[in-house]
Amino acid sequence: MAPIISVKSLDKFYDSGFQALKNLSLEIEEGEVFALLGPNGAGKTTLISTLCSLAKPTSGEIRIGGFDIQDDYREARRLVGLVPQEIPTAPFEKVYDTVSLSRGLFGLPKNPDLIETILRELSLWDKKDNAMMALSGGMKRRVLVAKALAHEPRVLFLDEPTAGVDVELRRDMWRIVGSLRDRGVTIILTTHYIGEAEEMADRVGVINNGQIILVEEKKALMAKLGRKKLVVELSEPLEALPDALKHYDLLLADEGQQIIYYYDQAKDSDIPNLLRDVSAAGIQFRDLNTSQSSLEDIFVDLVKAEA
Amino acid sequence: MNLRAIQAIYLSEMARTGRTIMQSVVSPVISTVLYFVVFGAAIGSRISEINGVSYGAFIVPGLIMMSLMTQSLSNAAYGIYFPRFTGTIYELLSAPMSFFEFTIAFVGAAATKAILIGVIIFITASFFVDLQIQHPFWMIAFFVLTAVSFSLFGFIIGIWAENFEQLQFVPLLIVTPLSFLGGSFYSISMLPELWQKVTYLNPVVYLISGFRWSFYGQADVGVAISLGMTLLFLFVSLGIIHWIFRTGYKLKA
Repeated sequence: MAPIISVKSLDKFYDSGFQALKNLSLEIEEGEVFALLGPNGAGKTTLISTLCSLAKPTSGEIRIGGFDIQDDYREARRLVGLVPQEIPTAPFEKVYDTVSLSRGLFGLPKNPDLIETILRELSLWDKKDNAMMALSGGMKRRVLVAKALAHEPRVLFLDEPTAGVDVELRRDMWRIVGSLRDRGVTIILTTHYIGEAEEMADRVGVINNGQIILVEEKKALMAKLGRKKLVVELSEPLEALPDALKHYDLLLADEGQQIIYYYDQAKDSDIPNLLRDVSAAGIQFRDLNTSQSSLEDIFVDLVKAEA
Repeated sequence: MNLRAIQAIYLSEMARTGRTIMQSVVSPVISTVLYFVVFGAAIGSRISEINGVSYGAFIVPGLIMMSLMTQSLSNAAYGIYFPRFTGTIYELLSAPMSFFEFTIAFVGAAATKAILIGVIIFITASFFVDLQIQHPFWMIAFFVLTAVSFSLFGFIIGIWAENFEQLQFVPLLIVTPLSFLGGSFYSISMLPELWQKVTYLNPVVYLISGFRWSFYGQADVGVAISLGMTLLFLFVSLGIIHWIFRTGYKLKA
């Protein structure tokens, strides 16, 4: 199947001469949840702005649903909904009016039933007659989501959807993303909260310095790059590791209370030998605990390796 | 053509007028009516007729033009500047609309509002002074063309302005003086010869003169020149807007 979004050799220079995107190519499949990760200033928002016609590409080709975003901008834009990172709202407009306006802007006929469903789903229905300026920050963000959904997009961009929102809204956001995915909507989200990508994404892309440095299925990525960590909690603190254990590449942590061992889960581990040798060296331990490195660790490692 | 989008923006802009009816309709009408009271009734009765037209009636076309110009300009400028200021313009730029549709919606709403104010002033004036309209077709033509031209011009200012001060700069410091000096309150022929020549550099003269001709059949400059200047202004504004949209000037990063 043709990708819903295809970006080829995209370059973006700002007037200042700063190059925000460098020869970037990317394909997004229809119906997937794609998480775009990257440090501040990596180019996440520039990429989304360019895809949504808020910024002009310097060169390169972008197609959405097979339509070129410049030549066939109407068809391409019709497919796309955007929830921006900032929360820009018209302060005096009422919630219901501003959500209806979005539908009109995208050339769709009025559909009060749909608007009501969306507002109810986002717990906004009882606020529908409130002016935007009377809403809290979290509520405003819900309205922006409602505006983007009002024109029934096939592709939804969520630029840092849960930055600075409370737990309840974050859960609601995840629930909405889930139900949109079930309906076949493609979702591209950028986030700093790697847990969020880990929770929701099918695929993960990492962007740094205007380049996509990695695109991978989330599961494959975690399996490929995920290291496991074994922590051996000692009964008595150690001053130094005995020579008998030197060949294991261990770390002594927590003022000698813990021995930490990293291993690759894909390969057979040395854990049985290690534990035997620890006992043989006369070291008593009271607990063991293993954990898998999170997407966050992977991400930090990747970006560090780039720098 | 995305007619629904044009309609959505237009109605939303008109709703904004409705919300701010005191500020956007009542206050310009009151301030213009004050001119009638002061210049028309109080002082005007002591000023002699100008080419057979009483002074109170003579200033009406100029006053209507003046509020039509300033209102078109500030409505359109504010209409597009405000979404830029709040950031809500992101949605307009990402919507499947051409720039032409975008302009029609904003300029149409600004011009409608200004025309509405002009009509109210016209009706109010008819209670105070004896108005006659010799060329109704041309009166409406000048009326609408001026509203549209200045709304286009205001739209450009709203895109150009970086802050509220710049937004006010052109209407207050350029257009208001030009319309005061453009023959709103006097006939150009009353000026010394040198100042008459200088006055012809003021584009507003042509608009007021043409509009006054449609009322009383007398003009400071030929009607064809007035019409030509109005159309020229309209097309120059359109050309600039076309350029703005092609380059994304101040709209797209």
